[in-house]
Amino acid sequence: MSVFPYLVAGWVLLAGIYGLATSRDLIQSVGCLAVAQSSTYVLLLAVGYRRGATAPVFADLPVGAPVVDPVVQALALTDVVVGATVTALLLALVIQLRKRHGTVDPERLTGLRG
Amino acid sequence: MGPPPPTVALPGTAQLPLAVALPGTAQLLPLAVAVPLLGAVLLVVAGRWLPRPARDALTMVCAAAELACLALLWARTDDGRAVSWMGGWGPPGGSPAHGSQSVGIVLVADRLGIGMALLVTVLTVAVLAYSWRYFDEPVGEHGGVFPALLLLFAAGMCGFALTGDLFDAFVFFELMGAVAYALTGYRIEDPRPLHGALAFGIVNSLAAYGSLLGIGLLYARTGQLGLAQLGQALDTRPPDLLVVCGFVLVLAGPLVKAAAAPFHFWLPDAHAVAPSPVCMLLSGVMVELGVYGTARIYWVAFAGPGGVPAHAFRDTVLVLGAVTALTGAVMCWQQRHLKRMLAFSTIGHIGLFLVGVALLTPEGLVGTAVYVAGHAGVKAALFGLCGLLLDQYGSVDEHGLHGRARELALPGALFAVGGLALAGLPPFGTGLGKSLAEEAGGRYLPGLLPALFVVVSAVTGGAVLRAWLRVFRGAGPTPGDRPGEPETSGEGEEPEVHSPSRRLPAPLTAVPAALLLGALVIGAAPSVGRQLAQAARLFTDRVGYLAAAYQGPVPPAPQPVPASDWTVSGALLGLLSAALAVALALLAVHFVHRGPGAALNRRLVLPLRRLHSGLVGDYVTWLAVGLAALLVAFVAQR
Repeated sequence: MSVFPYLVAGWVLLAGIYGLATSRDLIQSVGCLAVAQSSTYVLLLAVGYRRGATAPVFADLPVGAPVVDPVVQALALTDVVVGATVTALLLALVIQLRKRHGTVDPERLTGLRG
Repeated sequence: MGPPPPTVALPGTAQLPLAVALPGTAQLLPLAVAVPLLGAVLLVVAGRWLPRPARDALTMVCAAAELACLALLWARTDDGRAVSWMGGWGPPGGSPAHGSQSVGIVLVADRLGIGMALLVTVLTVAVLAYSWRYFDEPVGEHGGVFPALLLLFAAGMCGFALTGDLFDAFVFFELMGAVAYALTGYRIEDPRPLHGALAFGIVNSLAAYGSLLGIGLLYARTGQLGLAQLGQALDTRPPDLLVVCGFVLVLAGPLVKAAAAPFHFWLPDAHAVAPSPVCMLLSGVMVELGVYGTARIYWVAFAGPGGVPAHAFRDTVLVLGAVTALTGAVMCWQQRHLKRMLAFSTIGHIGLFLVGVALLTPEGLVGTAVYVAGHAGVKAALFGLCGLLLDQYGSVDEHGLHGRARELALPGALFAVGGLALAGLPPFGTGLGKSLAEEAGGRYLPGLLPALFVVVSAVTGGAVLRAWLRVFRGAGPTPGDRPGEPETSGEGEEPEVHSPSRRLPAPLTAVPAALLLGALVIGAAPSVGRQLAQAARLFTDRVGYLAAAYQGPVPPAPQPVPASDWTVSGALLGLLSAALAVALALLAVHFVHRGPGAALNRRLVLPLRRLHSGLVGDYVTWLAVGLAALLVAFVAQR
């Protein structure tokens, strides 16, 4: 297994964090959070990958056929569900903020500081 | 004649003849998570048809069932652990061979975990009683949403406290996180709660994804996800860099939840704006679960020879805790928004809890456990009283409310008692916990650590007492505005009910009083401390935990049960910090901002306050910087 997918995961995480740190738009921030989360998908798939193996669905596989790790796939699936919930919730909050406050620019939200 | 009713033996009690057999311990563990989950679903589905009293009753029944479940678990586990492999997918024949993968998911509960879950449930019951008539709850489609969210929150927190599996811990962590974001932004009419909830959500979720990356790396190295299995697998390998990276990444989630500096920025923003009953849960127990998670993960999985060396963990977390405690104390003193002040005081105390855990001794741990329990009662009571002020005056601003709450005699007295208890006045639980942790800390760094405990608790308690003097006594001149300084005023808060001039509802005073009484009992009843001391010894017994998770024979714990009684020096130090708090409060009220203090304030404190900018981007930057610093610290001490 090459080290390349791990580097990709790290790069995607850093891209997400950079976006979050510099964003001037809360919709974009939530998007960047989803980007950062994508790094976990890449990492989990890289962890479970086996060269020449197939999907772990045993219905039409001979016994002893090489398959990729099903545990990380379960983890990735859970991760997707968690990510979708959080993203939807945060987007709903942003929409509500736009309705009530008329802005999605974090720099213009000055109610909480010090 | 029918058969005689079955009897169930409970340790410490007489044989109880019961008409129905109680569920076994292995069934009780998942029930403790399932009961509130099911209750939440029921409430959401049935809430739109049920009238309000029926909804309240249903919620209370669920919370009471959860409480009974956990109390039974507490009684049954005694000085042992309850273990439950979900669906019977346990390791075949007890202990598996080294390196073999176990795909089962396990719940492992010892008394410290059950105690955290009990604390969650007791606070949930208190919050439900408190918010009985607090909100004008939306009816129709959304009826029952608020209590359903509270139950879901409790389920997530109980699951986190009872799980023995790292990935499950992540799932429960995200469950309680997502519910907490929703509860923080519950009043969607105002911009500030939405802003606070967004900062909370983005920072915490990013940290959780960091944890998941760490879990992935550890799984890649060892092929295990259970804490015990992971610990066992790491024990058989030489230490390596990837494991240290995985450890730091895994800790990102719990440390951000615990609001350790510099990961703490989200907390004051969220706690200042969340509805007061929600703050009671957030500050009282959710944040403390972060400390619990840090301790559990390190102790079970990484304390072995293949993990992270004890001295590295001790020194790093000690520094982290001390920085957190001082930041929290300094910022707490600066606040005029009462809920934000209490939020920073939580950060200060979290720092002290981290110091207690970092000592890696049963003595430090029992001090922290008692401190957490006492702090939960006191802090929840104080947040409840802030909710009362908000209810009556539509403001939680220390300056704006100057002298206005003189008419509230009983709430005022409770507020003052809460401030003194926060400062560690004996015989409150906070005082006992502080004294035990101080003593444990004094053995490692004499003088320095006890001084940290005294100063931080005196300053945070003093800030609360200062607010009491101004708001409830009308003492001193009304402080002027400080133009040009970044600050959050407590004016213009939407009252959480829509008719601020109505009569004071009874639960708004009764619940804080009961919570303060609870904090008093924790410190004054010696049996509470003794049981927590036993629990702390069990928590630090790693060999026993690994054996119990595999359902093998558990060797007796090697260490003696740590002391948990009041000592003369501890009580005196508690009195000292309470006296210091009173003195600080009096000084602040009667001699405001004069002399060299103002210059010092400009030089040192103002930059610190500017860092709390309210911008999510800044908080994320601090998160990344803090994680990098932790990684460097742990790798350097490897």
